[in-house]
Amino acid sequence: MNDRPRTINRRHFLRHSASVLAFGASGLALRASGAGESKAVVDPMRVPGILPRPYGERSPFETQQRVGGAGPGAPHGWGANAPNNFNSLTPLQDLHGIITPSALHFERHHNGVPAIDPARHRLAVHGLVKRPLIFTVKELERLPSTSRIAFLECSGNTWDGWREAQDVTVQDIYGLTSTSEWTGVRLSTLLEAVGVRGEAKWMLAEGSDAAGLDRSVPLTEDVLNEAMICYGQNGEALRPEQGYPLRLVLPGFEGNINVKWLRRLKLGSDPFMTRWETAKYTDLLSDGKAYQFTLVMEAKSVITSPSGQQRIQPGFHEVSGLAWSGRGRVKSVDVSVDGGRTWRAAQLQEPVLSKCHTRFQFSWRWNGEEATLQSRCIDETGYTQPTREDLVKVRGTNSLYHYNAIQSWKVERDGRIRNIYA
Amino acid sequence: MDGSATSTHKYVMGITVLICALSTVSLGRSADEQVDYGIGRPMSEQEIRAWNIDVSPNGDGLPPGQGTVKHGAQVYAGKCAACHGPTGTEGPKDKLVGGQNTLKTPKPVRTIGSYWPYATTLYDYINRAMPYNAPQSLTPDEVYSVIAWLLFQNQVIVEDAVIDAQTLPKVQMPNRDGFVSDPRPDVPNR
Repeated sequence: MNDRPRTINRRHFLRHSASVLAFGASGLALRASGAGESKAVVDPMRVPGILPRPYGERSPFETQQRVGGAGPGAPHGWGANAPNNFNSLTPLQDLHGIITPSALHFERHHNGVPAIDPARHRLAVHGLVKRPLIFTVKELERLPSTSRIAFLECSGNTWDGWREAQDVTVQDIYGLTSTSEWTGVRLSTLLEAVGVRGEAKWMLAEGSDAAGLDRSVPLTEDVLNEAMICYGQNGEALRPEQGYPLRLVLPGFEGNINVKWLRRLKLGSDPFMTRWETAKYTDLLSDGKAYQFTLVMEAKSVITSPSGQQRIQPGFHEVSGLAWSGRGRVKSVDVSVDGGRTWRAAQLQEPVLSKCHTRFQFSWRWNGEEATLQSRCIDETGYTQPTREDLVKVRGTNSLYHYNAIQSWKVERDGRIRNIYA
Repeated sequence: MDGSATSTHKYVMGITVLICALSTVSLGRSADEQVDYGIGRPMSEQEIRAWNIDVSPNGDGLPPGQGTVKHGAQVYAGKCAACHGPTGTEGPKDKLVGGQNTLKTPKPVRTIGSYWPYATTLYDYINRAMPYNAPQSLTPDEVYSVIAWLLFQNQVIVEDAVIDAQTLPKVQMPNRDGFVSDPRPDVPNR
């Protein structure tokens, strides 16, 4: 349990701040925390409330957490059990709307989270440029800025889809995707400042973590129009786990290339062929060839409620989920309750933004019979999320990355939800 | 280690294909022009050299120094074997050696010898990120040597080969032609 320090802090806080608090409302005991302490007064209208605090915390009744582990499919663990090549999964089943709270944003690190003093951090921009420049974080914050809400998805998300179906939660298999409002400087602004030479077609982005993670970014029209060097996430500074104090954000591209702890951009004429774009993050097909520079995350969707390992009762259910596409806006989402035999249009919840999680909803009355819930996303390019059968037909099952097939949740007669391939 | 002209030609062709497939465009007017915000400090050549740690497939960025298989065996045993196994095949971390002829099987083993397309990537990665508990602690001779050992173990170079800034970019990796540029969308709509 990683919440021990928080539990101690909370107990400390309660003991010292509010002797007037009444304890012992057993009906309001905290669920699932195991703390065994009451968090609420019997009648909040008859007791003065606690004092405000300088940096907010969620209600102690809210216990949603990321699930942590060592890479997709590896055993889970936190604290001493956590390896440095860590990943953690967003609890999609517990979230509302489209924004992922920064504290619940998924993580993937390749040698721990560096501790960086923003006053000492620099971003160097050089290579095929007329005037190589080096920037402090404060200087970048003085340049014209922009904000954009966009999803970020690890291309290893739903990695398990390439293997046999396991009985898992939506967090376990889909948790490597999150959405934030990102704020920073447009890449094009920095490129204007240094004056890019005409022969520059690629850009190396390098992080200042212990992996020195480096990726080659093609300077396509989309990249030049949309890439950002970000210092802000959801209105405040980036979280350390998200690249504090600077990260690259390439909307719609696989998570790994959105380089965190960004220290250097080097313009070049050719890709740099780093380990991350050759040995990793390439898609091995059944004929032994592999796709390379598969940067765009293709359209995808998943029903988050109800979802894996949950149990439902017969009656009304507002089926809800997320859909997204790295190629643009979600045009529509269809939902099936009979394993894809028939489809009906789900309702899209505003806002529907380009390269962003989009919330969809579908009213359903469960009659207690077996059912298989599916969703399929169609994006503004007309691309339709494939069935698993169609995807595997083309890619085989060795790809590891970029799995985006239609998800199937089987509803058993007893209301238990199970991950299956249908 | 031979036929450098051929491998260079292949390299250029491969990159050209990739660039075309990604529909990389020439930079628009805005990026090509220089706008002086008066923000940011010019970098000196000396400063750029200190920051510029990457290595390209054509060998750009490789430092002076050299390595041998024999020296590499010592470096590997002392600093790498604990995670990658005594011969590079055991793990528990990434398997570095072996895996030939497995890419088409249900259990592909992606190693340096079976999968990596460029030998220069070894320098870029090992120099910046290895060993895991002490990244950037190896000397150029140690990096070149451990690369020599890894390439020899994978039967890519001979035992008395010397690896340096001139020879490393010329090493022809077995899976050099194993990659195709992203053809997606590749699954037809129903």
